[in-house]
Amino acid sequence: MSVLPPEFADLEPFAGWSLRTEAERYAKRLSSSMADLQAFYDAAFPRLEAAMAHLDGLEYAALPEDATRLLWLCYSLVNASFPVEVWRQPRVPDSGAASMDVVVEPVV
Amino acid sequence: MAHFQKPAEGSWTAHYPELGTGPVSYEDSISPEHYELERRAIFARTWQNVGRVEQLPRAGSYFTRELAAAGTSVVVVRGTDGEVRGFHNICRHRGNKLVWNDYPREETAGMCRQFTCKYHGWRYDLQGGLTFVQQEDEFFDLDKTEFGLVPVQTEVWEGFIFVNPDPKNAVGLAEYLGEMGSELAGYPFDKMTQVYKYRAEVGSNWKLFIDAFAEFYHAPVLHAKQAVAEESRKLQGVGYEALAYKLDGPHGMVSSWGGMSPPKDLNMVKPIERVLHSGLFGPWERPDIDGLDPLPPGVNPARSKAWGVDSFVFFPNFMLLIWAPGWYLTYHYWPTSYDSHIFEGTLCFVPPRNATERLRQELAAVTFKEYALQDGNTLEATQTMIESRAVTEFPLNDQEILLRQLHKTARDYVAAYQEDPERRRPSLRVSTAS
Repeated sequence: MSVLPPEFADLEPFAGWSLRTEAERYAKRLSSSMADLQAFYDAAFPRLEAAMAHLDGLEYAALPEDATRLLWLCYSLVNASFPVEVWRQPRVPDSGAASMDVVVEPVV
Repeated sequence: MAHFQKPAEGSWTAHYPELGTGPVSYEDSISPEHYELERRAIFARTWQNVGRVEQLPRAGSYFTRELAAAGTSVVVVRGTDGEVRGFHNICRHRGNKLVWNDYPREETAGMCRQFTCKYHGWRYDLQGGLTFVQQEDEFFDLDKTEFGLVPVQTEVWEGFIFVNPDPKNAVGLAEYLGEMGSELAGYPFDKMTQVYKYRAEVGSNWKLFIDAFAEFYHAPVLHAKQAVAEESRKLQGVGYEALAYKLDGPHGMVSSWGGMSPPKDLNMVKPIERVLHSGLFGPWERPDIDGLDPLPPGVNPARSKAWGVDSFVFFPNFMLLIWAPGWYLTYHYWPTSYDSHIFEGTLCFVPPRNATERLRQELAAVTFKEYALQDGNTLEATQTMIESRAVTEFPLNDQEILLRQLHKTARDYVAAYQEDPERRRPSLRVSTAS
């Protein structure tokens, strides 16, 4: 069953990245291999502008569920861009045992 | 080579001669005994920011704050009269913590009509008055009017709620925050209600993390990889110079260039930033609200076109960062022992009007965390090595003036306390050159 808007059917294989909270997105990033992160980035990054255009065409305060899921996937892309574009590894280098938890974040 | 003009004395540090220019001892960050003195001399006696008025939208809204260093927990509540009040979070009957959920050491927030103690059911109204005592006639001459919640001095500045645990404190919040506070009046903090809040337990003395965020000398080196390679080499070659520094009593600020919003050359920034038009300094486009032009006089004091962010250090543990693209960030450092503290970073934006604006804010928030993780982990390494005492004094450069000020101010508070613990100097302030 598809979860994203039909126009973004090509991203369905990456629907597992459509996660509601930062904690879930960050955990998935840390538990992914660089190959997984690269594959997600390579599929989603070229579609980011189209996703923004699609979402901006809808009323932000009342996004349908498939659009909300697309937005969540875009948040994951933002998170995954750091390992892919900057670090070449899932974790922030030299961050060792350091962790930082989100305690308040926007609802959508 | 100086790119930005320094004061006539030749350096920012020399402009404030009481700071000196010699190497600085970090014994104040590695001694359990000194930390115990700081608790009594600083955290039991100064104004500390515990939240924002937006967290208390209506009568009965409340939140609790654990002030480990001051040795108390407070509950902050909006009364039926609309006033914001703070109370020690303790039941007057036998000392149970009044407001908590599941875990007594964890902070909580909510809405209520009254506070009811979990232990014996004593009740207090939103103004702190004791209204109900279980089996009242079993007590001996109990006058309920004498057993209200114990208030904590609570005041609001620009929507920021502060408490001062010292019942004898005689310095109002506005006076305490001084010119550094009054010159920020009118900034539209109240319109920036889209909040991301991060929390971390950090294995270092509280002052070391303030040090890390009160200088940008480290930025071209520690965060080198966060810029694209060519830009990073350029930044390291140039090094870092602030636009301006200002000291005001125990408080200080650094005004910094940067932000690239939008960047002159799109190849300077990462692909995700190029598409989203956002980054560390936030969305490139300012939100469409009043209050950002002109800015209050305390913001961008050098009136520089290259201005990117101002970082205010309000002693002891509250930092406020105002970014050129129209949002703000706060840091709080809550000591839990001489070598540990809880760090909170809170990003506040104007609520987005569409998904693109929301994504831009997400990128700024995610970028903040990436940087802060780099900053935070360096601290544990610093703490352990300073504790070796293999080196005891450290040279601080002119771009580290706020560190020199912070450690001196903290030492001065401790010295004044040791001199006479009860004297309560009304305003112990570092004298500043004009």
